[in-house]
Amino acid sequence: MSSEGQEALQLLPEMILLFGAVGALLLGLWTPQDRQWRVRLVVIIACLGSAIATVPSLGGPTERVFDDAWVIDGTTGVVRLLVALTVAGIAALASPSLSGHPRETEAYVLMLLGGLGAIALAAGGDLLLLVAAYLLASVPLYALAGFTKDARGTEAALKYYLMGALVGVLMLVGIASLVLATGATSYPDVAEALPTAPAPLVAVGVLGVLAGVGFKAGAVPMHFWLPDVTAGTTPAMAAYITTIPKIGAVAAAFRLVAEPFATSTLNVTLLVAVIAVASMTLGNLAAFNQTEVLRLLAYSSISQVGYLFMVVAVAARSDLGVPALATYLAGYAVTNVGAFAAAAAASQARTLADWATTIRGQRWLVAGLVVCLLGLVGTPPTAVFVGKLAVFSAAWDGGLAWLVVIAAINTVASLFYYLRWIAAAVQPDPVRPDPQSAPNGGGIAVDQQVLRGPMTTVYIAAVMSVLLGIGSSVWLTVALPR
Amino acid sequence: MLLTVVILLPVAAAAVLLTVPRLTGSTATWVWVVASLAELVLIAWMWLRFDPGTGAAGVTGGLGYEVDVQWIPTVDAGYHVGVDGLSLPLLGLTAVLFLACAIWSLRQSDRPRMHAAAFLFLETACVGAFAALDLILFFVFFDLTIVAMYFVIAGWGHGNARRSALKFFIYTFIGSLALLIGFIGLFLGGETRTFDMVALAQNPPLTDSPVAGGLVLLAIGIGLGIKTPVFPFHTWLPDAHTDAPAAGSAILAGVLLKLGTYGFIRIAMPILPDAWQRWAMVPVVIGVISVLWGALAALAQKDVKRMIAYTSVNHMGYVLLGLGAAGLAADADPQARAVATVGAVYQMVSHGLLTGALFLLAGILWSRGRSYAFNEWGGLARPAPVFAALLAVAAFGSLGLPGFASFIAEFQVFTGALQAAPVATITAVLGILITAGLFLNTLQRLLTGTTVVPDDRTDTDTDLTEPADAVAGGATATLARPRRDQQMTDVTAREVLAIAPLLILAVLLGLFPRLLLDVIEPAAVMVTDLVSR
Repeated sequence: MSSEGQEALQLLPEMILLFGAVGALLLGLWTPQDRQWRVRLVVIIACLGSAIATVPSLGGPTERVFDDAWVIDGTTGVVRLLVALTVAGIAALASPSLSGHPRETEAYVLMLLGGLGAIALAAGGDLLLLVAAYLLASVPLYALAGFTKDARGTEAALKYYLMGALVGVLMLVGIASLVLATGATSYPDVAEALPTAPAPLVAVGVLGVLAGVGFKAGAVPMHFWLPDVTAGTTPAMAAYITTIPKIGAVAAAFRLVAEPFATSTLNVTLLVAVIAVASMTLGNLAAFNQTEVLRLLAYSSISQVGYLFMVVAVAARSDLGVPALATYLAGYAVTNVGAFAAAAAASQARTLADWATTIRGQRWLVAGLVVCLLGLVGTPPTAVFVGKLAVFSAAWDGGLAWLVVIAAINTVASLFYYLRWIAAAVQPDPVRPDPQSAPNGGGIAVDQQVLRGPMTTVYIAAVMSVLLGIGSSVWLTVALPR
Repeated sequence: MLLTVVILLPVAAAAVLLTVPRLTGSTATWVWVVASLAELVLIAWMWLRFDPGTGAAGVTGGLGYEVDVQWIPTVDAGYHVGVDGLSLPLLGLTAVLFLACAIWSLRQSDRPRMHAAAFLFLETACVGAFAALDLILFFVFFDLTIVAMYFVIAGWGHGNARRSALKFFIYTFIGSLALLIGFIGLFLGGETRTFDMVALAQNPPLTDSPVAGGLVLLAIGIGLGIKTPVFPFHTWLPDAHTDAPAAGSAILAGVLLKLGTYGFIRIAMPILPDAWQRWAMVPVVIGVISVLWGALAALAQKDVKRMIAYTSVNHMGYVLLGLGAAGLAADADPQARAVATVGAVYQMVSHGLLTGALFLLAGILWSRGRSYAFNEWGGLARPAPVFAALLAVAAFGSLGLPGFASFIAEFQVFTGALQAAPVATITAVLGILITAGLFLNTLQRLLTGTTVVPDDRTDTDTDLTEPADAVAGGATATLARPRRDQQMTDVTAREVLAIAPLLILAVLLGLFPRLLLDVIEPAAVMVTDLVSR
C-alpha cells in the first residue's frame, strides 16, 4: 500500500474505539458521579461509530497493512462488526449494575479496550502482534473480573490473572520456537518457511500459540478459569468475558490454521478437531449437574467453543469456513448475551431454583429465555441453528464427518441441562393456586428484584436470534459481500 | 403466496392470542377454532384448485402453489414450498385433525390461552413441514413440532408428564439430528450443492458411491424411523401418549408420526433411489417386525391409551412395508409397486383420522374417571350408548374392516407388496388378525358386562394441585379417596362434534376411495418411477 497515513486510515474502526476509550476516560474524570451515564453514551456511540466505519471496508479485497501485521479481510470485518455491536449491547446491559458505582467509567473504558484487543487478535497477521493483542484482550478483563471486589470476585480475578500469565509464557515460548524454526514472524513468511522447518520446534510452536488462543477462547484444556470467573463476577461482566474475547480468539485461531499452520507437516486439523471434541464434550458433561445459573452458562460457553473450533479445524480445507464462522459467531454472540441477560434480570439469584422463583409471573421473560436457550441448543430457526448447519457442513466438507457425528451427539447431550433451566422456569407456580398466601407472599419483593433493563436485553436478543436465523442471508450479504 | 398464508395463519393467530390479553377463557379456544376452520377452508380451496397437470406429477415437477425464496445463500437453502399429490392429503389431514382438537378443547380450563397458542404454533410447524420442498426448511419445521409438542405434553399432560415430555424431546431430538447429518450428506454428495428437494430428486446425489449413499440413508432412516416410530425406536411413543393430554395425543399420533413416513416418501425414496433399492428389504423387514411387535405389545397392555399407542406402531409398520416393497424394483412390476406406494399414503391418512378419533375417545374416559386402566372400566354401553357407538366405529375402522379407509389402505399395501415380498406380506397379514382380536377384546371389556367406573376423581379440576405421591406411580396411579356414586355421563355435543367428523371421513374415504386416489395416484406413480431409476 501507499503511505503510512492511508494505511492508518484502514484502521479507522479500531481508532474510533481507542479514541472513544480515551475520550470516555477523560470525560469520566470531569463528570460528577451521578451523571456518569454520559460516559456510557460516549462508549456506545464509539462502538456504533466503529461498526459504521467498518461497513465501507466490507467486501473489499484482502489487505495487509503495516508490513503484513494487520490483515483486513472478511474475517476481520465480521469480528469488527460483532465486537463493536456486542460491546455496545453489553455496556447497555451492564448499566443497571454499574450506575452509581464509584468506578463506573473505568468499567466502560476497560470494556472498550478489551474489545479492541479482541479485534486485534482477529486481525493480527504477525506473531508478535498476536502477543500484543493477547495482552490487550487479557489485561482489561482481569480488572473486569474482579470488579466487584468481593471474595469470589477477587479469587476469580487472581485465578484468571495467574492462568493468563502462565499461558502467556507458554505462548511466548511457542512463538519463540516458531521464530527459531522459520526466522520470521509475519504469517505469510512463516507459512513459506514451515514445510522445511524442524518438526519438533514447529510442534512446540503450534502447541504454544494454540494454547494462547485456546485460553482466550476458553477451550479445553485451557478452560479452568472460565467457570470460576463467570460465577465470581456479575452476570453482565460474565456476558462480556464469555463473548468478546471468544469472538477474537476463535477468529485468531481460524486465521492461524488457515494461513501459517496450513503448510505445516503436522496434522494441525486433527489437533484442533481433538480440542473441539474435548471442549464440547467436557463442557456439556460438566454442565449436567450445575445448579448455579452462571456456572451452567459458563460450561455451556465452553461447549459452544467446541462447535466453533470445528470450523477452525477445517479453516484451510473448506471454502465454506468463513461464512460458517461469520454465521456461528454472530448467532453465538447474540444468543449468549441474551442468556446472560436473563441471568442479569435476576442477578441476586444464584441457583436455577432461585432464579425461577424470582422471575415468577414474568411470562415474556420466560419466553425470551426459552428462545435463547433453545437457540443455544441449535433449534431452528434461530441463528445458532443456521450457524451449526454451516459449521457441520464445513466440517464434513473438510473431511471430518466423524467430528460432525460427535458434535450431533453432543448437541443432544446439551439439551439435558438447557431443558433443566427451561423446566425450572416454566413449571406452574406452586404458590398461586393457594389464595391465602398471596397477600403476604413475595409478590411485591419479586417485582423489585427483576431488573427492567436486562429484561429488555433478553427480548432484543431473543428477537435478534430468530431474525438472524431467518434473515441469515441478510447478515451474510452485509458482513461478507461477494 | 396462498401456501405461505396457509403456513403462517395459525402462528399469526397464536401471536394475536398472546398479545391481546383480553382473549382469555373459552374465547381463546374459539380463536383457535376459527383459525383452524379458516385453515381447513384454505386447504380445501387449494385442493379444489390443484391441477396435477400432464407432465411430472409431483416431487420433481408439477408442483402447485410453489414459492422459492433464498434463505441461506452459502449453502443454497431456501424457503421453497409447494404442494403435490403427496403433501395435499396430509395437509388436509392436518387441518381436519387440528380443527377436531380445537373443538374438543372448547372447555379447556387450564391456561386456555397458552394452550390454544401452543397448538396453533404446532399447526404451523406441521403444515410447514408437509409443504416444505427444501431439506433445511423441512428440518426447521420438523424440529419446531418437537419443541411445540414438548410444551404441550409438559404443560398440559397428566401423570408423569414432565418425564415423558423430556423423554419425547430427547428421543426425537436425537432423531432430528441424525436427520440433519443425513441432509448434510445429501448436500455435500450432490454435484450442485443444494438443499433443494426438487433439484436433488431430479439429479440424485451419491449415485456412484454406494457406501456413502447407504450411510446417508442410514442416518436419514434412523431420523425418520424414530419419528415414525418403527421397531426398535418406538419406546418413546407409549409414554408420551399416556401422559399427553387427549388433544395432544391425537395430534401426536395423527399428524406428527406422519412426518416420519412422509419423510421416507418425499426425501429418502426420490433422492436416494439407488440406496433405497439396494436396502429396500430393510424397511420391509422392519415394517413387518413393527406390525407384529406393535400388535403383540398392544395385546399385552392394561391401559387403553398405551394400547392405542402400540397399534400406531403396528399401523405405521404397514406404511413401511408398502414403501419398502416399492423399492424392490427387481422383484415386481412397476404397477404393483405403485399400488403399494398408494396404499402407504392412503394408510397415513386413514390412520390419522382413526387414531385421532380413538385418542379423543380415550380422552373421554380420562375426563370422566381420570383413568385409562382397562380393569377400572366396563359395561359402558349401557350408561353411554353414543360413546359406545363411536368407539365401536373407530375400533372397527382401525382393525381394517371393509367400508373404512383403513381397508382400502391395507388392501393396497398387501396387493402391491405380495409380488415383491411374499413372505413378509403374508407374515404382516397376521398383524391384521391380531389387531382384529385386540380391538374386539377392547370393545368387549369396555362396553359389555356390568357397568364399572373408577373411584371418583373428577372433582379435582386441575390435576396439578394433586399431591406428588398421587401421580408418582405413573399413569395408572390410583387415589385412595372415599368412593361416591359415580355415573358415566355420555358424550357431550362438543365431543361428538370433534370426533364424529373424523369417523365420517374415514367411512367416506372407505366407500369412495377415488376422492383421495385421484390425487395420490399420479404422485405415487411418480415416486415409484423415481425409485426405480
